[in-house]
Amino acid sequence: MKFGVLVFPGSNCDRDVLYVTRDLLKQPTRMVWHEETDISDLDVVIVPGGFSYGDYLRCGAIARFSPVMQATVEHANKGKLVLGICNGFQVLTEAGLLPGALVRNRDLHFICDRIPLRVERTDTPWTQLYQKAEVITLPIAHGEGNYYADADTLARLEDNGQVLFRYEGENPNGSLNNIAGICNEKGNVLGMMPHPERASDKMLGGTDGFKLFEGLLKVAVGV
Amino acid sequence: MKYHARIYVTLRPSVLDPAGVAVQSGLKHMGYENVEQVRIGKYIELNITAESEDAAKQQLDIICDRLLANVVIENYRFELTEVSTPVEAKV
Repeated sequence: MKFGVLVFPGSNCDRDVLYVTRDLLKQPTRMVWHEETDISDLDVVIVPGGFSYGDYLRCGAIARFSPVMQATVEHANKGKLVLGICNGFQVLTEAGLLPGALVRNRDLHFICDRIPLRVERTDTPWTQLYQKAEVITLPIAHGEGNYYADADTLARLEDNGQVLFRYEGENPNGSLNNIAGICNEKGNVLGMMPHPERASDKMLGGTDGFKLFEGLLKVAVGV
Repeated sequence: MKYHARIYVTLRPSVLDPAGVAVQSGLKHMGYENVEQVRIGKYIELNITAESEDAAKQQLDIICDRLLANVVIENYRFELTEVSTPVEAKV
């Protein structure tokens, strides 16, 4: 299974993702510069965290129009896997691959913490190695992670079971329905504010995020 | 024709604006008890060349919908004025 990690000017979690998919997961992985247009060799596109294009105007707003994002939209429309982490989640909402938007944290602080999350579904490519309703711990690091969608969109998300991760206990950023991560209707596109790639190596104090990446290998062999 | 556009991007009423709330509380601390509903938005200026004012407005609508505003969380409006002579930057 071949992974691609998008690199925008201002991305800063790209190498962390690369380390997880190439060195821990042992899968071919390449960095994809934002001006590239051909990503047809990739099975999974990961839009990493950071501050793409300086987060100018709005987080993810300018990245969305980069050549590689046009290719990523096509990739997603073919039903292939796309994961957006943190700033990557913001980019995916701006690109219209996921509904809603991420706005300023309720308390205005940039939050850097480890928080508990509840896994809502385990029948998706992203969550199949977790237990249903399992509570995991992942790091978050964001200033604009407050998920917002209008009431109709929110109801549709819930009815379709598109919320895959929810903040457990205290809601750190004010996001509606405690949403931490959602997928599209088909389930092949996931956006999440917490960082699974920062919780994948035992040496760094937590591996709750690694199952997300490991689960994707099961998709590859069609188990 | 060349037009000068002044574009206002504001948060939709249903979206909380914690920065606006913080500014409002600052104003209260300054003694302005009569101030409420502080909402912080963005103001963008640009020049646009188009065949007519309508054409400029149409293009601005597209530009705002696609990039300058995120209509999920923001509203926008703009004003246009014709620029008769090229505007030189004042030194």
